[in-house]
This record gives sequence, structure tokens and C-alpha cells, in this order.
Amino acid sequence: MTSVTSDVRIMRDGRKEATIDASSRDPHGRPVDQQTLNEEIRRVIAAGADRISVTGVMGQRYIASACTDRELYIRIDGTPGNGLGAFLDGPTIEVFGNAQDMTGNTMACGRIIVHGNAWDVTGLAARGGRILIRDSSGYRVGIHMKEYGGSVPSIIIGGRVGDYLGEYMAGGSILVLGNGSRRSPAGSSIGAGMHGGSIYVRGPVEEHQLGIGAALQPLDDTDRQRLEDMISDFERCFSLRVTRNWPEYLKIAPLSSRPFCGHFDPIPI
Amino acid sequence: MSAAERQGSVFRDRFRPFISEDCVRCGRCVKECSFDALVKQEGRIVANGGCVACMRCVEMCPSSAIEVRHAPPQMAPHPTFTGRVRESIIAQAGSGGVLLSSCGTDLPYDVIFDDIVLDAAQVTNPSIDPLREPIETITFVGRRSGRVRLDDGGRLLGGSGPLVAMDMPLMLGHVSLGAVSLNAQEALFMAAEKLNVLAGSGEGGLHPDMYRYADHVNSEVASGRFGVTPEYLRRTAAVEIKIGQGAKPGHGGHLPGEKVTELISSTRMIPMGTDALSPYPHHDIYSIEDLQQLIAVLKESTEYQVPVGVKIAAVHNVGAIASGVVRAGADFITVDGFRGGTGSSPRVIRDHAGIPIEVAIAAVDRRLSQEGLRNRVTLCAGGTIRGSADMIKALALGADVAMVCTAALVAMGCRVCQSCHRGVCAWGIATQRPELTSRLDPEQGARRIVNLFHAWNEELKEVLGAMGIDSVESLVGNRDRLRYLGPNPKLAEIMGIKHIGEGWG
Repeated sequence: MTSVTSDVRIMRDGRKEATIDASSRDPHGRPVDQQTLNEEIRRVIAAGADRISVTGVMGQRYIASACTDRELYIRIDGTPGNGLGAFLDGPTIEVFGNAQDMTGNTMACGRIIVHGNAWDVTGLAARGGRILIRDSSGYRVGIHMKEYGGSVPSIIIGGRVGDYLGEYMAGGSILVLGNGSRRSPAGSSIGAGMHGGSIYVRGPVEEHQLGIGAALQPLDDTDRQRLEDMISDFERCFSLRVTRNWPEYLKIAPLSSRPFCGHFDPIPI
Repeated sequence: MSAAERQGSVFRDRFRPFISEDCVRCGRCVKECSFDALVKQEGRIVANGGCVACMRCVEMCPSSAIEVRHAPPQMAPHPTFTGRVRESIIAQAGSGGVLLSSCGTDLPYDVIFDDIVLDAAQVTNPSIDPLREPIETITFVGRRSGRVRLDDGGRLLGGSGPLVAMDMPLMLGHVSLGAVSLNAQEALFMAAEKLNVLAGSGEGGLHPDMYRYADHVNSEVASGRFGVTPEYLRRTAAVEIKIGQGAKPGHGGHLPGEKVTELISSTRMIPMGTDALSPYPHHDIYSIEDLQQLIAVLKESTEYQVPVGVKIAAVHNVGAIASGVVRAGADFITVDGFRGGTGSSPRVIRDHAGIPIEVAIAAVDRRLSQEGLRNRVTLCAGGTIRGSADMIKALALGADVAMVCTAALVAMGCRVCQSCHRGVCAWGIATQRPELTSRLDPEQGARRIVNLFHAWNEELKEVLGAMGIDSVESLVGNRDRLRYLGPNPKLAEIMGIKHIGEGWG
């Protein structure tokens, strides 16, 4: 049997800091299961912890899913599994390692910072908060992100992404910085079916890479402000410098917020 | 108007309201008609074209002076190129659009339920009088261990997942806010609370005013993830992942921008006036293994407190798909047949895709039984459950729960005019216009649904009693109490029921 051990300490500033050690392995070398780890995280949150450090993470899925405390900070050392921070509504999660698929699935608010790569389907259906990936991400990043009221989601990828970036996008911003990439840092079918939001790519994007309903559009002052905000956040998070040579940055935006106008015929027959 | 523009104007008069001598010219009908099919001219009420036969004027007329007549097709009769076929061609030649419709298909498919008859007890297995003897109709939704285990004291050991107990084997299906008004949704939730059954939220999120019905809400997580927040997952009795809908298998959702009012925008958490698009697939589910992950993350996010189910449309390979869904960890599975309703669907999909629910239930029940999975899950089935007879037959074919939508909407005013997608429902159900939604009183609507379900449950007890069965669980999958009298014995074979005239042996 594997288990997790944790320790909640009250710091001098009154904050409660918890450390959870998930490094134990069963005799076959298997790590602690996802439910046990998540229950422990929920338990220390209920005990009042507002800083949680989880070490020895080895592929456990759905870490911190549906957590809602805006003051909560979770540090993860190791490799969290799929669905990290799903339905997240407030906390900040910082990963020192790589994240897997579906990071920040349907997140509403909060921050997920990954010091490494995050694989496919990052930020699916996010409607708020920010995801920052230092290196690259995979296919289908930022699919169906949407914004509502003051809640505007954003995803910043330091490296490259695969195909279907921002498909079905209905709001928010995605920035792909293309660090270390000489060719286009995005794949094909960019923004297919998008009807809101903006995708920014630093580096070349050819017309044939665009999906249906998406178009290259010039940057305006609002875009530059938004980019400045996202880039400086990225620089702070990862202690990196990013050039702001605006002509390198391309904007992809929807042709219409009503892509299906005229597609249907409601005539009664 | 050019000749080309005039083409198609013939459709405006599919139905025509006739005003009799009894008309007192109060003008009530003109106010009630949200399709502008009636106008007052020189003091008289006259038809203005565009009647959809929603019957609102007929039922509201204080002097019963209105009759809606079917306008006979003007075109020459033709058995292949029917009026409907030609009208579709002419409409699409003008618009170039994908034809939309709503409610369940109106093509005259045979309803297999109507070809099935029930058994009753005679002599050797005495019947039971349900008015004097208790008949159990409590139905549980959720995962079972599949085995009964007792402790040393003979007490039942756990092993089941979280279960929801309903007073009858009926649940209200998913009707989203957006497709229907908040008043209509509240009527459904209120009825569910009074009946102690579950009601589906649909994919449009849950309005905060509806949180008080949380103990009876089955929250849907669809591909658009509209309004899905930790709060939404907490205010619920069950969570259901929507993969498909009987009326439009394989199709996503599309709520046109006109319907995305402030209320819809805030509940779905999308900008006002933009199209609310539900992608055709979930983009995090491309396989059974991916589905397993969404089920698992929802269980984790609800802290294993509520059952998590999956709703699929009845399609050709439904048995194998259902098997995968159960293996992926679903606590309950809902199969929606191809005659099921919709607030808006491309006509071609609504009318032609999927398979009937009767066959799908039997196929899923058999497949799950063969694989030793059936006793682990609750199987819900919907898609034209029109009355208690359909419910009883669905149960005997293998479903635990019958899911009902259209009938509940009819109970509160809907007359199945198939115009939901136009957003001007005169009954205040499938509309967001405040002057129309205010026509529906949720309490009154709920009362009528409660009456309807109560009556069906009483009829269920009558039938169970007549069969000599004292618990609805003994009816589930009891195909021996069904016989087929339809035209196609192959269907009976597929459904695993005998032909009429074949006995028990």
C-alpha cells in the first residue's frame, strides 16, 4: 500500500503551509493513486492550508480539480498527470516539471504555470484565468475558450504548438511565442471555426495554416497592450526575456461572431 | 416581387385558422399569436398566413370560435415527390441552407412500441390488486457492485457507488435553458422535486435561482461546457456527460445569437448575441479511454458524492458503445432513441440518423448482460416515451428508467408544432422573449407534470399488478412478459421477445 504523508505548518506571517510527499511507491514501484493524493490535497485545504507543496508527483491525474480558493497556491514538483487543474476556479498552480494532457480543462479562474512542456488539449473550454507554459504544447491548445463579462481566459506558450490551435474559440487570447523555433511555431487549422477571441503567434504563419472562419489581421493598440501584459507576465514567471518586435507578431481573429448565420434555413415545412 | 422571389410563398399556409360566427372580436387571439398568423382588420379577425397549428389561439379563445384546419396541399398529388419533398426542394433552392426543425421526427416511422403487447396473469400466477397491496416503484440511479455481500450480522455491505433514489422509474430528460425559458425549466425542476425524480439540466448551465432544486437536478456536461463550474458540479444530484442526443446523433449544438439574451449569456457564461456552439465531439474525448478520464475527473471534482453518467444516442453499434461506456466507469447510462425531441436540429439528421429506442434498449441490455456488466449500471432510455405503456415496454425490454421530455412539455402547453427553433413559442416554453415566457406559470406547469407522472406511475402499478409482479425491478428486462405482433418477426428476434401465440415454454 502506498500513502502520502503531509505536514501543515503555520508560518510567521500567519499563512498555513502544507507539504505533501507523494514519493512513496508500492513494492512494484507504482506511485500513490490519484484519489488518495487528491483527497489529501482536499484535506489540507480544509485544514486551512493556503500554500501547498506537493513533491514526488508521478503522473497522478486531476490534481486540484475543482479547487476554488483564490488565495491558494499549489507547488508541484514532478510530473502531474492528465487533467491538472480541471474546473479550476481560483487557485494558482505552479509545476516544476512537465504537465500532460488536458491541463486546465474547463478552468474558470486562477493560474497554471508550467516550467516545462504541457502536451495536448491545454486549456480546453477555459472561460477565465491564465495558463503559462514555458516550453511547448501539443495539439488542440485552447479549444473552445470563451469569455464572459470580466472573465477573459489567456494561454501563453513559450515554444511551439501543434495543429488546431484555438479551434472553436469563442473568446480570450492565446499567445505562441515560438522560442527556439525557426519555422512556423503553430501547426495547421489554426482557429478553425473560431467566433471570438484572438490568437497571436510570433513567427511566420502562412495562409494555408488557417482554419475555416479565421483570418490574419493587423495588430492594433489594444492588441499590443494585451501582448505587453501577457509577455511581461511570462517574463516574470520564468525569468526570461522576450523581444517585443511587433512586426514579428501576427494576429489571427475570427471573420464573424456568427459563423453559422445563413447556414441554416428555419422555414417550416 | 419577381417570379423567383415568389417561389416558396405557398408555404405560408400549411394551416389556416378559421374564425366562426361565435367570434366576439375581443382580439385575444391576435395578442396570443406569436407567429403573427392572425390580424384584426376593420374590426374582424382574419388569417394572415404563417399559422403553425400551435393551438394557442384555439385554446385561449373565450368563445371557442377558432378552428385550425390543415390547408390541403396545392400541388398535384404524387406518391414519391410528396408535397413535403417538393417544398423542401423549393425552399433549399431559394435559401441554400440546411433545413432546420425541432421536436422529434414527424416522418411516419412505425413505432415498435405499438407492435408489442403486454402479458397479464391468469389462474396459475395470480394477479395483484395494486389498490390493496403495496407495489414497489422506487428506482435507484447509480452504480452497483453487481454482487450482494452481507456482514456476519446479515446486514448488507456497501460496495455500490453513490445512488439516487427516485420514487418512480421515470426521469425528466435534458432540456437546456436557452432551448427553453427559465419558467419552463423551473416547472420541470419543481415537478421533479415534488415527484422525487431527477430532471436534466441540459447543457446550458444552471441559473442561480434553480440551485434550490439541486437535490433533483441531473447536471449535464456537454461539449460546449457551458456554465460548467465547480459550483455547478456541487449543486447537483447527478452529473451526466452528453455524448449524443437521439434527435441529432453525432451533431453538436447551435443556439443562434438571437436567443443568447442576457439571462442565457450569464448562465452559459458566454458573450451576449454570439452563437453558442457546442462542438460536435468533446475535444477531450476521442476514445473510450478519454471518456474514462472525463468520467474520472468529474467523480474527483464531485468528491465521489454523486453518480456520473453518460448519455449516448441510439446508433447502429450502440451495444458495443454502451459496453465501453460502462467499462469507462459510468454509473448510469442513458440511451436516447432517434425519435427523441430537440429544440433545433438539422432536419436531415433528425429524420434519418440513429435507430429506434426499442431496439437500442434490447441491444444494450443484451450486450451488457452478455459481458456481465448489466447489473452494475442503471440503464435509462428515452426518445418518444409517450405514455405509461411505452414506459412499461421500455422497462420490460431492459431499461431501469424511462426518460421523458416531450410529454412533459406537452403537459405544460406544448402542442408539438415543431417550431421551437424559431424562438417565438406561443406557450412561453421554447422562447426567451419576456412577453412570451411570462405566459408560463412554473407552478401550474409543474402541477400538470406531477399529475401526468403520478398517473403514469399508477398505471404502471396497475399493469404490474395485472402481471402479478409486486416490484418494478422484477419488470426490468423481463422480456417474457412481452409479445410481438408487428409485421417483422426479425425485429422480435433482435429484441429478444417472442411472437404472439408463443407460450412460456
